[in-house]
Amino acid sequence: MVYLTRRYRFSAAHRLHSEALDAGENARVYGKCNNPYGHGHNYVLEVTVAGRVDPQTGMVCDLARLDGAVEHEVLDSFDQMNLNLDAECFRSRVPTTENLCIEIFNLLRRRLYGAGGPSSARLARIRLEETNSNYFEYDGEPDQKEPGRKAR
Amino acid sequence: MIYVTRRVEFSASHYYHNPSLSPEENRRIFGKCNNPHGHGHNYTLEVSVAGEVDPVTGMVIDLKDLKKLLEQEVLQLMDHRFLNVEVPAFASTIPTTENMAIEIWKLLAPKLALGKLHRIRLSETPDLFVDYYGD
Repeated sequence: MVYLTRRYRFSAAHRLHSEALDAGENARVYGKCNNPYGHGHNYVLEVTVAGRVDPQTGMVCDLARLDGAVEHEVLDSFDQMNLNLDAECFRSRVPTTENLCIEIFNLLRRRLYGAGGPSSARLARIRLEETNSNYFEYDGEPDQKEPGRKAR
Repeated sequence: MIYVTRRVEFSASHYYHNPSLSPEENRRIFGKCNNPHGHGHNYTLEVSVAGEVDPVTGMVIDLKDLKKLLEQEVLQLMDHRFLNVEVPAFASTIPTTENMAIEIWKLLAPKLALGKLHRIRLSETPDLFVDYYGD
């Protein structure tokens, strides 16, 4: 099994605010991130796919097709957007980088597994950097993983 | 399950010396790192916490709290210190990057209020880092 990671960048605005909390609690939990006008980040997205090396091509997956999947599923939806206002999936969910990381995993997993996916490679991990000081990783729920593979 | 990582930097000095070995053996094993006057590094510490996303807040843990914890437990103890002399744990253990990662795990694991400590990654230089998963 070989793991291949491709890095992408996008920029977006968000505001962390939960409808389930009152104004005081939102301010306490999210601090500066609760500013109603929002703020933005340059996100660094790393998409890792895992698979066998194709003996014909010597590759795990076709990078151009992976790029196409990320472009279509992720960058078109989130790059230069306001996540709270422009992304349907965050109408009722807080666009924390945790939730964004999970959303991107699910968007790409559907695409990579579906007909016309870039190859037989499977999506292994999404790593999303919000700033230089923090990043988030998601490798799916246990039922989305291959048996016997340890999450690390 | 999702993994959240916070990165912080600190600077410290250390040297490698095992008192149960002869001076020649110490020099052979540790090379330049055996200089008793010490030498320093800019360390990058990455602390990863595993947990489920809270459906109300959308977060696993509050990263501000994690930053505060790292400042209290690790930076106050190790930043701008001579590790061999000033950090009690390294009076009897060689402050290699491996041992530092294990020590940082021991400091942080019992103090995490939410989530589970998943990994300590400690980079001594941009070209060298150690990962410890607590086992």
